[in-house]
Amino acid sequence: MSHQQVKFYQTGTLTVGNRLLDAAQRTVQATIDRSNSLDSGHRACQGCGEALGARYAIDTALRETNNKVIAANATGCLEVFTTPYPETSWTLPWIHSLFGNAPAIGTGIAAAMKVKGREDIRVIAQGGDGGTTDIGFGCLSGMFERNDDVLYICYDNQGYMNTGVQRSSATPGGARTATTMPVGPEPGAEFDKGKNVPLIAMAHEIPYVATASIDRLHDLEAKVKKAMSVRGARYLQIFVPCPLGWGSAPAQTVNLARLAVESGVWPLFEGEYGEITSVTKIRKQVPVEEYLKPQRRFAHVVKSPEQLSAVQAIADRNIRKFSLLEEQE
Amino acid sequence: MLKQIEGSHGVSEAVALCRPEVICAYPITPQTHIVEDLGALVKSGKLENCEYINVESEFAALSVGIGSSAAGARTYTATASQGMLFMAEAVYNASGLGLPIVMTVGNRSIGAPINIWNDQSDSMSMRDAGWIQLFVEDNQQAVDIHIQAFKIAEALSLPVMVCMDGFILTHAIEGIDVPEQKQVDKFLPSFAPRQILDPENPISIGAMVGPEAFTEVRYLAHQKQKEALKLIPKINEEFKKIFGRDSGGLISTFNVEDADTVIVTLGSVIGTIQEALDEQDQNIGAVTIRSFRPFPLEEIRTALKNVKRVVVFEKCFAVGIGGIVANNVRMALSGTNIEVYEVIGGLGGRPITRKSLHKLFKDAVKDNLETVTFLDLKKDVVERELKREKELIQSGSVAENVLRDVGVVNVAKTT
Repeated sequence: MSHQQVKFYQTGTLTVGNRLLDAAQRTVQATIDRSNSLDSGHRACQGCGEALGARYAIDTALRETNNKVIAANATGCLEVFTTPYPETSWTLPWIHSLFGNAPAIGTGIAAAMKVKGREDIRVIAQGGDGGTTDIGFGCLSGMFERNDDVLYICYDNQGYMNTGVQRSSATPGGARTATTMPVGPEPGAEFDKGKNVPLIAMAHEIPYVATASIDRLHDLEAKVKKAMSVRGARYLQIFVPCPLGWGSAPAQTVNLARLAVESGVWPLFEGEYGEITSVTKIRKQVPVEEYLKPQRRFAHVVKSPEQLSAVQAIADRNIRKFSLLEEQE
Repeated sequence: MLKQIEGSHGVSEAVALCRPEVICAYPITPQTHIVEDLGALVKSGKLENCEYINVESEFAALSVGIGSSAAGARTYTATASQGMLFMAEAVYNASGLGLPIVMTVGNRSIGAPINIWNDQSDSMSMRDAGWIQLFVEDNQQAVDIHIQAFKIAEALSLPVMVCMDGFILTHAIEGIDVPEQKQVDKFLPSFAPRQILDPENPISIGAMVGPEAFTEVRYLAHQKQKEALKLIPKINEEFKKIFGRDSGGLISTFNVEDADTVIVTLGSVIGTIQEALDEQDQNIGAVTIRSFRPFPLEEIRTALKNVKRVVVFEKCFAVGIGGIVANNVRMALSGTNIEVYEVIGGLGGRPITRKSLHKLFKDAVKDNLETVTFLDLKKDVVERELKREKELIQSGSVAENVLRDVGVVNVAKTT
């Protein structure tokens, strides 16, 4: 990656990094002329991770394209909280069609731009994890295999939050949701189920796949920038904590995103044409308990040595699989 | 130019003459030849400035079309049967968003039991989805109505389905006068969308509407369909001036003025009915409905005002009540004393024979018909299956039992 890696732990605070950088290296979010693609006045919950993720990603894409982006949005929180007619928080051309077809809408817009000779206008399709990993998965895979010129962004909050916190195929093992209640001998969502869509996207050998997290803005923005520098199908899955669905304090949203990365629960990597090309390293692995404890959805997991070690095993496997730990000097 | 070609091929040429910019293709029998031919036209360069996209499902086919139409591209797709059901959510969405997509439906039955042959259950399943639905009689009309469909769609900013009987029309080879490009260019201006996704002028399309305005939005959709009742004949007149052919507007009538009995139908079966009527000497007329949505209540009421009885002949039915078209016709005739009989025929491709029609005509003029008649129903086969079900709890698959009974499946002898 060409950008200067900012390591927040150098100073022990979460905010200092940006100020230590040259102006040119600062984030899009830190600039006074950011486009605020997702403008104020929307109806997201306090501490909504998805609202942050969407603004970070779309602002960066707009910067990279000189404001020439059209967005297609799946049904879900992001759609509902941004656009009750006649109000809209979007400052870019935006369309919502259905829950399961955002990738195909993106394909259609890209086709229209191509036929009209307006390939300078870029297309982003976006949705939550339900709209992406479950109901929109067929259209997503189709968009990938045709290598349509669309960046798809999945804002992953690990469940159907808009409909009242039900399990999706992105819900982690142990998590309490309205359809995986913490009752019976194996409380919460079952382990060893679910889909890893970033890896499935890589299996399509598309030009670019990445995972990101709202806690590290430079990393997230660099990935959007990279995605916009490439043509063809691209996929970005951003980890966006949900205070409502996770039972966490709104002020903990960014911190939970950081703990998910630093525990190994949410590995950050990039891939091109089916090969992993970079991983974002962790200096010191945080025990998963620190990530789980502030979330009510895992209250029973923290109390269960078996479930806790099952989550730890997943994190450890991610660390091994993606070589996430920094070489200790 | 007069050509001896397959209906599907004629449609693909007509669509190409309309200069579509995005075509979404997913194969489903009997629509396949249309999208295959269009694929070849784009790939060979004969159809320029057009993106042809092989999608992964019918749901994607129409969804890609929604995206391209909202971004200002003239958009076409085609489907049939199960494909129509698979895209159902997008069918409603396209009309709700007011996107002027044109879609051919190669009319085919809906399973289970799976059946690839013609009836009109597929189009009828989407009759209330907010699309304009035009049913064509023959392949010349299929060609002409497709050209009109783009103009109607774009004038109203509403999607249009052109419904043509699967196999009977899609696969039939007959003489078709395929228009010249310059005629079509004169008739059909380039697409000027009512709303468009454009970074220069960013708008949000497809946002939420609550109870405070939903009724008004839906009413306006209804109002727009009523506008189409005026527009469809007007565009047919414009078409007539340039191409010299009449495609009939909302309905076509045959000898209804002095008839006591009139057969009302839609699609290609009108050809068979007319031939059978020509062979007999009773005073029976016919009406064919071209525009099923919007439904031309006034035109039908006027056409049928002097008749004693109407026989609605339809290739579809609403399970649990009876005819679909018939109930729409009844609405047109409400307050009159005209008897409406419903005849369901041609389901799943069953041939509609002259012999059966002649018997039907004879029974009709004597009021010797049930309210709902299933043409050529094998009542004995039905009775035997009902008996089996009464006698056995595990009586098995109805479809298999009936096939065995009619002798299509050889019964393996167990010894």
